[in-house]
Amino acid sequence: MSGLRFEIDGVEIAARDGQTIMEAADAAGVYIPRLCDHEGLRHQGGCRVCTVKCNGRSVAACTEPAPPDAVVENETPHINKMRRDLVEMLFHEGNHLCPICEASGNCELQAMAYRLDMTDPTRFPYLEPCRPVDASHPDIALDTNRCISCGRCIRASQDIDGKGIFGYVGRGIHRHVAVNGPDLAHTDATIDDVAVSADVCPVGCIIRKRVGFSRPIGERDSDHGLIGSNAKAKADD
Amino acid sequence: MSTGKNAADEGLEPAASNQVQIEQICAAFDNDHGRMLDILRAVQDAQRVISQDAILRIAELTGLKPIEVEGVASFYAFLSLTPRGRVTIRLCDDIVDRFAGLAEVQAAFETVLGIKTGETSADGAFSLECTPCIGLCDQAPAAMVNDIVLTSLTPESARLFAARLKDGTRPEDLISDRFDDLTPIERARRMVDNNIRHAGCVLLGDVPQDAGLRAAAAATPAQIIESIERSGLRGCGGAGFATGQKWRFASTAGGHRRFVICNADEGEPGTFKDRVLLTERPRLTIEGMTIAARAVGAREGILYLRGEYVYLRELLEDVLADRRVRGLLGSNILGVDGFDFDVRLQIGAGAYICGAEGALISSCEGLPGEPKTRPPFPTTHGYLGCPTVVNNVETFCHAARIMDGGAKWFFDMGIAGSHGTKLFSVSGDCLNPGVYEWPYGMSIRDMLVAVGGEDAAAVLVGGPSGAMIARDMFHRKLTFDDLSTGGAIVIFSGDRNVLEIVEYYMSFFVHESCGYCTPCRVGNVFLQKAVAKFRAGKANPADIDYMRDLSQTIVETSRCGLGMTSPNPILSTLDNFPLVYSAMVKAPEDRLRATFDIQSAISDARHLAKRRSYIFDKDFGA
Repeated sequence: MSGLRFEIDGVEIAARDGQTIMEAADAAGVYIPRLCDHEGLRHQGGCRVCTVKCNGRSVAACTEPAPPDAVVENETPHINKMRRDLVEMLFHEGNHLCPICEASGNCELQAMAYRLDMTDPTRFPYLEPCRPVDASHPDIALDTNRCISCGRCIRASQDIDGKGIFGYVGRGIHRHVAVNGPDLAHTDATIDDVAVSADVCPVGCIIRKRVGFSRPIGERDSDHGLIGSNAKAKADD
Repeated sequence: MSTGKNAADEGLEPAASNQVQIEQICAAFDNDHGRMLDILRAVQDAQRVISQDAILRIAELTGLKPIEVEGVASFYAFLSLTPRGRVTIRLCDDIVDRFAGLAEVQAAFETVLGIKTGETSADGAFSLECTPCIGLCDQAPAAMVNDIVLTSLTPESARLFAARLKDGTRPEDLISDRFDDLTPIERARRMVDNNIRHAGCVLLGDVPQDAGLRAAAAATPAQIIESIERSGLRGCGGAGFATGQKWRFASTAGGHRRFVICNADEGEPGTFKDRVLLTERPRLTIEGMTIAARAVGAREGILYLRGEYVYLRELLEDVLADRRVRGLLGSNILGVDGFDFDVRLQIGAGAYICGAEGALISSCEGLPGEPKTRPPFPTTHGYLGCPTVVNNVETFCHAARIMDGGAKWFFDMGIAGSHGTKLFSVSGDCLNPGVYEWPYGMSIRDMLVAVGGEDAAAVLVGGPSGAMIARDMFHRKLTFDDLSTGGAIVIFSGDRNVLEIVEYYMSFFVHESCGYCTPCRVGNVFLQKAVAKFRAGKANPADIDYMRDLSQTIVETSRCGLGMTSPNPILSTLDNFPLVYSAMVKAPEDRLRATFDIQSAISDARHLAKRRSYIFDKDFGA
């Protein structure tokens, strides 16, 4: 298989045939912001935070095949502004109260807001949903008020754990992640599932019981720099 | 049902008999999870609900997880996880119906049936609901009653229909006392006037039967594709992709199994031309599909009929059966060795998004109607991952006529870039709503004269995902390069409130967004709320820029055409009717935001604390 080349913000990127823009960028150490995408899971293209301009056309970098000889724009003011809008939408769609959330400091939604400079008061109305908390399982709790519908748990459970514990139900603004049973305790979920591991849920929706707040402020993920700032180091590994 | 005895005959307990019924339904579809939409439709029809027990049993029988079955059942508006009435009345809630007197009709149904919209009667006999455009804007207000439709409703006729239903009359008998004796086409015509106002020479004039198919059978696949390419035919569903090119892509794609799918899911509010073709030209539609099958080497076809058009099901099934008998479907069509093709009917269940090619394929596969990631495109990876041609009803009809009349005949009609004729669904404030077949290139002004809509103040071209234009643009032309449309033309007189129209259409997109991607799922809710602020007189000047700015993000980041076009009602009216907005904004007089309303902000708390205001709580003391 022959390779191809394209450029992202002036940096030339080599890609293998069949790679997506994001895969090629990751391999080259160029970070493209994303929320619903996660290493090791199939791409979804749902959050749209990885939107880039490929020869001027908007595409999701996680699903778009790497384009031969194309010019891809990634971190332009215009694109980052749209990404900030998308992150704000997610904040306003659910109930994201960072100061009282166990995931604060380890939360990709929060980290993305910092990266995208979401520092002004937001303009959108809060939808303030009232979603139930499922604490039925002995080791895992779900607070779907903080869910951003990224579906990472769904894909991890289906494709890695082979269990299908989670799934989407409903349509439109009512579409949400639900469990395969009356509650989580009545599913096959166990604390060892990849789907409920700390990395898979980007926010504070899937909560591992009895380990909350164990990492002090100063030692949490976002305390070491902006999300994505280690992209180069990861690529060099 | 193909197997088993009738559960009711066996005297089983209701729960047990329901389970037997589900087993029969699943067996009729080979327990195939790819036919989930058919299974769930059948269960909904038989039991008026998709119960949790039903979900568990269907999952077990089809080898899915219950959550996957629930994912499908909860996606489609015509499937319900809570019990619906044995007779479910769905009032068409389009803006055209609202302007035609829906509210009074709705009140009549509510009064006689004794339930509010959204409710089911205690005895389980009736449900009353609203549903978006059911494709009968030319005879609004309209309603679906189970599988039949009622049109041109008035408060009087609504009261009469509701009273008869309440007395135990079957919905079918509202149409005719001798409904059972009528043929499918008689039933369809009894229910719905097709209002063909102008017949052109391609589709609605005289059409020789199967002449196109005979020509195609004598031609090679390559010759068929070449003819369609030379004709200049472009997709009539709205996107306007070159049909011949699409067929060529599919014909050269790898793989053994290919499909031809007819998109009869016209859901764009204000469009109903495919309804007319499916009723008056069903043979031509299947003929076009069969020609496409020969061109691309497909043996299997699907006609995806929107759930709102279920009243046409038996008519279409009759046509398919008749064509099988006459050797126009099946093996060795017209005696040509190896020309094999057959079509199955797939009925939708209330989801506008399924009109989008990828979502329609998902729906045919028994999945929620979510668009697929593109690329790959359906021509290489479509239904079940196989090369698939998806075309609109009208496109297939045109293709069949081109094979008969010749590419040049078609190409010479219309104007450069937009060849042939087009069906237009015209409704709203005009004297002669209905379907018109005209060559491309007519101006809006000439169109308005032809339909008796000279008083128009605003014309919505292409439905809400198209553009709302004002009088100073009526010189513009109906072509792909100027005002492109799948055929929906909705006319509004100067008496109509543009903001009311815009707010309605935004609520439509909120209702119909599949929810897969953030901007369309969430952004459209914000847009709807923003328009509502304008209508309530609570918007400030900055809100105009806010709406434009938010719209741009939705347009540029959405995953499919629905999100990319959903802000169009706002964007086109901001451009073409700016005064409508500026008249409604007020600059804040103090440093408070005009949008902030202290009384509504503290209203919940005041009620909880039972501390109420003589001035602001109108129901105080009530």
